[in-house]
Amino acid sequence: MSIQKKSSKIGVPNVVYSIISLGAAILLWLFISSTEAHVVFAKPSEVFAALSKLFESGKLFVHINASLYRSLMGFILAFACALPVAFLLGWYKPLQLIFYPWIKFVKSIPPIAYISLVIVAQGVGENAKVTVIFIGCFLVMVINIFQGVQNVDLTMIKAARVLGAGDFTIFAKVVVPASLPFILVAMRLGLASSLTTLIAAELTGAQVGLGQMIQEASMYFEMDVVLMGIIIIGVIGTILDQVVSFLERRLTSWQETRTI
Amino acid sequence: MAGNQDNMMPDQNNVPKVKIRNVTKTYSSKRGDVIALNGFNLDIKENEFICVVGPSGCGKSTMLNILAGLDNATSGEILVDGNVIHGPSPDRGVVFQQYALFPWLTVKKNVEFGLRLKKLSRQEVSDIADHYIEMVGLQDFKNSYPKELSGGMKQRVAIARAYAMQPKLLLMDEPFGALDAQTRTQLQSELLKTWEEERRTCFFITHDVEEAVILAQRVIIMSARPGRIIDIVDIDIPYPRNQETKMEPKFFELKNKIWSQVYNQYLEQRK
Ligand SMILES: Nc1ncnc2c1ncn2[C@@H]1O[C@H](COP(=O)(O)OP(=O)(O)OP(=O)(O)O)[C@@H](O)[C@H]1O
Ligand SMILES: [Mg+2]
Repeated sequence: MSIQKKSSKIGVPNVVYSIISLGAAILLWLFISSTEAHVVFAKPSEVFAALSKLFESGKLFVHINASLYRSLMGFILAFACALPVAFLLGWYKPLQLIFYPWIKFVKSIPPIAYISLVIVAQGVGENAKVTVIFIGCFLVMVINIFQGVQNVDLTMIKAARVLGAGDFTIFAKVVVPASLPFILVAMRLGLASSLTTLIAAELTGAQVGLGQMIQEASMYFEMDVVLMGIIIIGVIGTILDQVVSFLERRLTSWQETRTI
Repeated sequence: MAGNQDNMMPDQNNVPKVKIRNVTKTYSSKRGDVIALNGFNLDIKENEFICVVGPSGCGKSTMLNILAGLDNATSGEILVDGNVIHGPSPDRGVVFQQYALFPWLTVKKNVEFGLRLKKLSRQEVSDIADHYIEMVGLQDFKNSYPKELSGGMKQRVAIARAYAMQPKLLLMDEPFGALDAQTRTQLQSELLKTWEEERRTCFFITHDVEEAVILAQRVIIMSARPGRIIDIVDIDIPYPRNQETKMEPKFFELKNKIWSQVYNQYLEQRK
């Protein structure tokens, strides 16, 4: 009976395992914070207290909003640019030969390395942060979507061609759907990159934001706030990832083997 | 080119549907040229079922791709209904060995893909698709995705998709090559039945001599690379044929005759 339940979508066993998993994590946390590691690793109760204090003061959402705005803004702009650029590179060989090496070159540089450059150019304001996130995200996504376009099975294109499809139809009805799994992987990597770059950018100086909050708290040795900030970032990352997973399930369930 | 000396009088029965004139194909690469085809000449009559056999690498797929318009001949020309072909056309349907279904489309949408590009109403598109899906016996799987189908079922969809376009010429490149023996026999029987009903001109490549003899009116035997035709064998076994036909002495005789020639070419290639 329980075996049959497992296969159903909202089966009880899965939930039980989730609770066990969460409980084990909290137990581990309790254990670590009860040892000497307590100096840097605050207790769950302390972290929770810090959370409610910040929540009541209203500051929590100021930080979250600021961070989310920057990372999502950078991500969305990057996605809107990466999609057409990747398809153009895949479609026109000369463009690929001219631009792709540079994209790969800049991609190999961690965004943190050129943050200073952007800050000098744009100041320490919002724009600089969005720009840095944009660049990092854009490069990651262009490369992945481009690989998707390159990987479109040639027999699929041939099949479309003998069924009477012209270039435009092949693009819209074959190349785009065939690269959809890669587009979704690109989104996932782009979001991860935007979060990483965001925190790095905020640590280098900001008025508000989760990175800045962590930075400031660590200066006053408020380790409960530091740990809380880290956990919040983790939660945000997980939620964004789940959104992409949801899209993946909806849009690419036709795939033979799922790319994670 | 224009000065071909055959008369072009349209006489329904004996004027060839397809003329393949002295087609050669050379692939150039850094390591030198590979001559894949060396003077391929063949007339295919309207409604004819032709099978092509020959050792691996002799240029069968190359010939089919050129016929489909997916590849260009290095020299020579191909006429369909008297017109030189340029590029692919829905008039020449292709069934690939690797199914080549669109995995993001359901069975029905796969079959409708080419139909939607024609000037047909939605209703017509849907009706034609339904008809051919039924012909291959997949009416219960219309809304399934390719990943939910077995290899044999996928190939049935590919055949339905090609047939639905009602092409003048059907090109099949080892369509049953990836299937197990049982499914293969079953699909052979289905294909035979369909051809006996519709008599659609077929150019069918296979490795399997038995498959060639059971299906074809004429079997083309190709030489080892560079490929050209070394013999054309008429299969004078009347239709309708079925799997029992394979027990007839005539069948054995033709099969052995063709097989020994193919085997000789295989030995030739090993040298
Ligand atoms: N794109 C290509 N570039 C270079 N050489 C090629 C190319 N395609 C095919 N060839 C060569 O042309 C020859 C004929 O290939 P082809 O695929 O037509 O063989 P085939 O008769 O279909 O073989 P098989 O029965 O194994 O499918 C082979 O020797 C192959 O190496
Ligand atoms: Mg082949």
